[in-house]
Amino acid sequence: MAEPVLTIRELEKSFGALKATDGVSIDLMPGEIHALIGPNGAGKSTLIHQVSGSIKPDRGTIHFLGQDMAGLDVAARARFGLARSFQTSSLAQEFSALRNVMLAVQAKQGSSLRVFRPVMRDRSLIEPALAILERVGLAGRAHVPAAELSHGERRQLEIAIALALEPKAFLLDEPMAGMGPEGSKVLTGFLDDLRHEAPILLVEHDMDAVFALADRISVLVYGRIIASGTVEEIRNDPEVRRAYLGDAA
Amino acid sequence: MKATGAREIIANATIALLLLAVPLAASAMGEPFYVTLATRITILALAAAGLNIALGLGGLVSFGHAAFFGLGGYAAGIMAAHAFNAEPFFLGLDSTTSMPVIWLVAIVTCGLVALPIGAISLRTSGVYFIMITLAFAQMIYYFANSWPAYGGQDGLPIFIRNTFPGVNTAQPLPFFLLCYAALLLALLMFWSLRNSRFGAALQAARQNSVRVSAVGIAPFNVRLVAFVISAMVTGLAGALFADLNRFVSPSMLSWHMSGELIVLIVLGGIGRLFGPVAGAMLFVLLEHFLGGVTERWQLFLGLILLGVVLFARGGLLGMIAGKARHG
Ligand SMILES: Nc1ncnc2c1ncn2[C@@H]1O[C@H](COP(=O)(O)OP(=O)(O)O)[C@@H](O)[C@H]1O
Ligand SMILES: [Mg+2]
Repeated sequence: MAEPVLTIRELEKSFGALKATDGVSIDLMPGEIHALIGPNGAGKSTLIHQVSGSIKPDRGTIHFLGQDMAGLDVAARARFGLARSFQTSSLAQEFSALRNVMLAVQAKQGSSLRVFRPVMRDRSLIEPALAILERVGLAGRAHVPAAELSHGERRQLEIAIALALEPKAFLLDEPMAGMGPEGSKVLTGFLDDLRHEAPILLVEHDMDAVFALADRISVLVYGRIIASGTVEEIRNDPEVRRAYLGDAA
Repeated sequence: MKATGAREIIANATIALLLLAVPLAASAMGEPFYVTLATRITILALAAAGLNIALGLGGLVSFGHAAFFGLGGYAAGIMAAHAFNAEPFFLGLDSTTSMPVIWLVAIVTCGLVALPIGAISLRTSGVYFIMITLAFAQMIYYFANSWPAYGGQDGLPIFIRNTFPGVNTAQPLPFFLLCYAALLLALLMFWSLRNSRFGAALQAARQNSVRVSAVGIAPFNVRLVAFVISAMVTGLAGALFADLNRFVSPSMLSWHMSGELIVLIVLGGIGRLFGPVAGAMLFVLLEHFLGGVTERWQLFLGLILLGVVLFARGGLLGMIAGKARHG
């Protein structure tokens, strides 16, 4: 069997008395979409934050491509190949969509201390950035400031920025949130292809998308993984139905 | 987008030409006082252009840039004093009255001092950053005040203005032209920084530092480099200011000076290429013309500042050229 790309073991994180992550262990295998579902407040975003490096776990380990991530900050993990998207869009608001993606291209090239050549005349930044905007369907909005994009477009831009980093794994925190059924469908098709570029740890509330995409699903409730398995196994798990899916599934 | 950009270019060119034409005309008409006034505007604009790198591009509200302005000033003053007494300056090195050497010393000193100040201050943000930069500047201020070797609180005179090869710096107009050239160079550097990859990272870190870390750029490093460059430009202005006044005193290091530099930028337009120049013009002209009428001219300055902050966030240049846009 192939080695996991990302290995999370016995992770724990408390906020005061609240255990937001309670002994979580998860693997992300090459080429897979591993969905993480669970009710609001279950600790999904907190888990993503710990993997990306913005929250320090109390205990437990995170290995990525065989390397212990402890002691690496957010920027170092991103350079190492972990790209995340944010549940609430986090963009350079005054910059255009294009410049937001160009920033990621420049970060990937590792050249952020260059002080001479104007970026807006730098084809080695503009061309890859435009190609990525084209891919996510935002080419027509390339020159619009991020602050003026619609909610759905901002979600697309988040994905575009992650793509520009050419990561070894994606951490996507509710990429479909508030996108509407049409947008979700398009994005579902898009993520379906994306897993072949790099595996995806996908936090998502849209169950249609999760069931269509996931190779494996882990269910998080009160900081604990209560079940982990294939789509079929999770659909039919009585505890999951009771705790989370209700009768909808 | 194109229209506002073109308007700003026209506004900038007008400001640059005015600042050059007035002292040329004044000199031709035998009015050296106005040449000196324009020189004062130019040097303050240069100091603020330095701060504009940290404040305008990086969003780093340094309330301690007087430290660099004053250090630059003392570099000029101390070297001139040693040269006047024909003593070695430092480690047995000969002192000099040559401006290029003095400027280099001022710039390097400010860079070396800004590095630890920035490295410590940039661990904080918001009001703590403002306070910590202020605290460092105040420490240097009190040090200068209580160091008798270089005049202490009385300051240090520069008996003869320092020299520049091939230029008669004792004359107001040639000295103005030197300062004007330095300002243009600094603005060219600001423009280049702003449009570069470094500038993109710096401005993005101002807008959203979480985003910048998430793509793999450490905001701290980018900000530290910006802070150091910013201090070096302000330090050069300090050296010129000391030569303009033929005098340097702890007041150049005081927090009033730090505040004044911020005020210049806010008046002219934060982060705008010519914001510091427009701001320095307005400030010095108000100081001169209103200051001649009433001692309370600062009251009017306060009202104007209030108006800018409440109704015209883009400052003077924002009013003329509209909202700034990025590609
Ligand atoms: N920085 C924080 N400080 C204190 N409590 C937090 C913090 N972040 C999240 N929490 C709490 O931890 C729990 C899990 O939150 P979160 O990870 O955002 O859940 P999810 O993404 O699954 O909806 C919630 O009860 C939330 O209120
Ligand atoms: Mg969440």
